[in-house]
Amino acid sequence: MNSVGTECLELKRGYDLCFNRWFAEKFLKGERSADPCSELFKQYQECVKKAIKEKEIPIEGLEFMGSKREKPHGNAGSS
Amino acid sequence: MVKHFFDLSTLKSTWDQVSSAFWQRYPNPFSKHVLTEDVIYREVTSDNKLVSRRLFTKTNRLPRWGGMVFPANLAQSVFVIEDSVVDLQNRTFTTLTWNVNHTRLMEFGLARFRRNQLKATEGFEYILSHLQGELPPKTLKETAKEATEKAKGTALAATEKAKDLASKAAPQKAKQFV
Repeated sequence: MNSVGTECLELKRGYDLCFNRWFAEKFLKGERSADPCSELFKQYQECVKKAIKEKEIPIEGLEFMGSKREKPHGNAGSS
Repeated sequence: MVKHFFDLSTLKSTWDQVSSAFWQRYPNPFSKHVLTEDVIYREVTSDNKLVSRRLFTKTNRLPRWGGMVFPANLAQSVFVIEDSVVDLQNRTFTTLTWNVNHTRLMEFGLARFRRNQLKATEGFEYILSHLQGELPPKTLKETAKEATEKAKGTALAATEKAKDLASKAAPQKAKQFV
């Protein structure tokens, strides 16, 4: 997959590889070792955050998991 | 006005496989409309949950006459945010996905949104079976229920939630609500 910042692609790929390996081999097995991907993540984030800013993508101030007013088990089929 | 989409489908994979595949589900043959994918936040919490936020850009495929009514929409991609929490202890994988622009929805687009949600499931199953070819063989089947997808604002809402019902030899189910 491409990154929103085309110049970030290599950094993204490097991080994704590291993360997927860590996720399957460490995290899912409950091993709480130090994160081997933190440096890669840092560089990738610097690049992608810059691209997001340049493209003025409106991602600021969005609450994690969205609005707290609506509960996950909303009415099915409601509008 | 918020709308919810529901669908029930069966995934023949373990919770571990589904969780790993979730991060690798793009690209797939059904995802040509997904242009970019980026992790923009990630953290392992003190209680060992993995919290992530991803940003996607997707094509905005308005029909021709829609472009005449909303010319600005034709030009810009759709930005989608996906928040997720992986709770290893409870074996739940909870996600919430919504678009941060193009949130006004025209009624005729509902049928196409449904088709896209079904395609998302097809795409995910494709990746799952593809990855399983590379993983050690597992005969254990587990059940996951309630994968729902929800989008905020005035657009169609869809909430995704996958939950593992422990190690039962039952097929895994994913629900999306409509």
